[in-house]
Amino acid sequence: MTVTEQVAGSPSPHLALSSARRARLRHRQPRRRSIALTAVMTVMLLYAVLPLFWLLVNSTKTQTSLFSTFGLWFGGRFELWHNITQTLTYNHDIFLRWLGNTALYVVAGAGSATLLATMAGYGLAKFDFPGRRLLLAVVLGAAAIPSTALALPTFLMFSKLGLTNTPWSIILPSMVSPLGLYLIWIYASEAIPDELLEAARMDGASEFRTFFTISFGLLRPGIVTVLLFTVVATWNNYFLPLIMLSDPKWYPLTVGLSQWNAQSWTAGGQTIYNLVITGSLLAIVPIVVAFFFMQRHWQSGLTAGSVKQ
Amino acid sequence: MTALSAPAVRRARRRQRRSGRRLVGWAFVAPFVAVFGFALIGPIGYAIYLSLYQNKLLGGNSFAWFANYSQALSDPNFWSALTRVAEFLAVQVPIMLGLALCVALAIDSARLYGARIFRLVVFLPYAVPAVVAALMWGFMYGNQFGLVSDISKFTGIALPNPLGQHLVLASIGNIVTWEYLGYNMLIFYSALQAIPAELYEAAALDGAGSFRVVTAIKLPALKPAILVATIFSIIGSFQLFNEPTILKQLTPDTISSYFTPNMYAYNLSFSGQQYNYSAAIAILMGVITMGIAYIVQRSVARRLAQP
Repeated sequence: MTVTEQVAGSPSPHLALSSARRARLRHRQPRRRSIALTAVMTVMLLYAVLPLFWLLVNSTKTQTSLFSTFGLWFGGRFELWHNITQTLTYNHDIFLRWLGNTALYVVAGAGSATLLATMAGYGLAKFDFPGRRLLLAVVLGAAAIPSTALALPTFLMFSKLGLTNTPWSIILPSMVSPLGLYLIWIYASEAIPDELLEAARMDGASEFRTFFTISFGLLRPGIVTVLLFTVVATWNNYFLPLIMLSDPKWYPLTVGLSQWNAQSWTAGGQTIYNLVITGSLLAIVPIVVAFFFMQRHWQSGLTAGSVKQ
Repeated sequence: MTALSAPAVRRARRRQRRSGRRLVGWAFVAPFVAVFGFALIGPIGYAIYLSLYQNKLLGGNSFAWFANYSQALSDPNFWSALTRVAEFLAVQVPIMLGLALCVALAIDSARLYGARIFRLVVFLPYAVPAVVAALMWGFMYGNQFGLVSDISKFTGIALPNPLGQHLVLASIGNIVTWEYLGYNMLIFYSALQAIPAELYEAAALDGAGSFRVVTAIKLPALKPAILVATIFSIIGSFQLFNEPTILKQLTPDTISSYFTPNMYAYNLSFSGQQYNYSAAIAILMGVITMGIAYIVQRSVARRLAQP
């Protein structure tokens, strides 16, 4: 703070800087790049990549080479393709079924969560109606409740209603995203001018038409961010499906993989470490690819969200 | 002053339509409210209801006031689980947030080669499901074909077992740090990007060095982001479940069924069929988590308000 005050208070000779210099300062480009800092940060980079590299290397090994070769380098026969086919076909293609279940939960759960949060956040930001403040307070309070704390109560209620062991027991709880509503509420307050909505009304457009044709486009970076968070949360969800589902037919990938793992470590169970490893690799590929492709969108949305905080 | 001016007409129409718009507002909110009520408020209400009853072999289901809660508060298993996550929180959260802060400052400093690659790759683990993260690290920790045993064999030095009694909590801390380091880094980095360039110009004009810029401009600007990240990390620590549950498959003896409060509540429900008691513990943990998050928020907010 003192730095700015001093500058504002004194017309110093520094102000006579050339405009080019000032422009460069603004972009903070002229700094020298540091090899030492890059080297230190490379250690962090290796830490982030290490388990993923381990996974990739070991998904190419047979069960015997897993035990006999060094973990961080390829060894034995290259069996990646064989491992993949074995993973996909083991136990009557159950892995593909789990993949399909996960996709269903993500599309229905995260998709609905994003749509509902967007409509509600927009409604709260742009309309005045009775109960609005109360609703906002309740939803923001609920945003602080961690989803794992809700899983058990939800199970207890759903089992009373006979909803457990159905896809609904996963989809319904995934459809609520108080945090998503909060992000859209902030985003809509900033990104959609009231005058624009007023102009659309003057032109006789219905509120829903305005929402889908005008507001939706303006909200897009916020919507992509919420979609990303809800997709990751649903794709990675473990606790809820673990307690809700007893029939492996409805498992998502996370629960299925952990069951394979448990089976491998249990005495008497068939050991399928190579399938657990290859299955894990297959489970993260789609979401990592999605991250890379949606990078620009979610990064801009995240920045917009943090400016407000 | 002849006819009504345009803004006046608009105001009149607005008044006319206000009653209609009130219903429209509800129409936007109603679908969310319906699911929110059913899948969030409903279960909480039902769990509170359950937690106030006791189901005894003799006498059946009866209203028990707060008996389940007082039982929890004098239950050594519950306290053991609670102190374990508190210990975990006290060590893991500062390390993770400290590292995330350093990485964010380094990427923002414009002194790195390939800063974009660092940002993307450090964030990548966030996309990996906790189950897969725990499986990968678990395999690497393991003594059968894990990295640790490989290194022990290779160097001839007997390394301590990461899944042993003493190290298992630290090993879980490492997994959680790996998963969320990049996520927190990105929160900090976004906040750093939002600092107006004029502040840096002013600092440069004053001849402030990089260290001074960090302490006088960047860290103060990061305070709200640090607060948010801390609260999310506290909530996450208290709710610890996935990682220890997966590792338990590898070492059933070192990780007990009441290793964390969530695991305890889960096991009470599924192995013990003690639904009422389990509901009480779930509610209690929710209240404790929110209470601590609230206290942290209040105390930090007060410090932020001070000049």
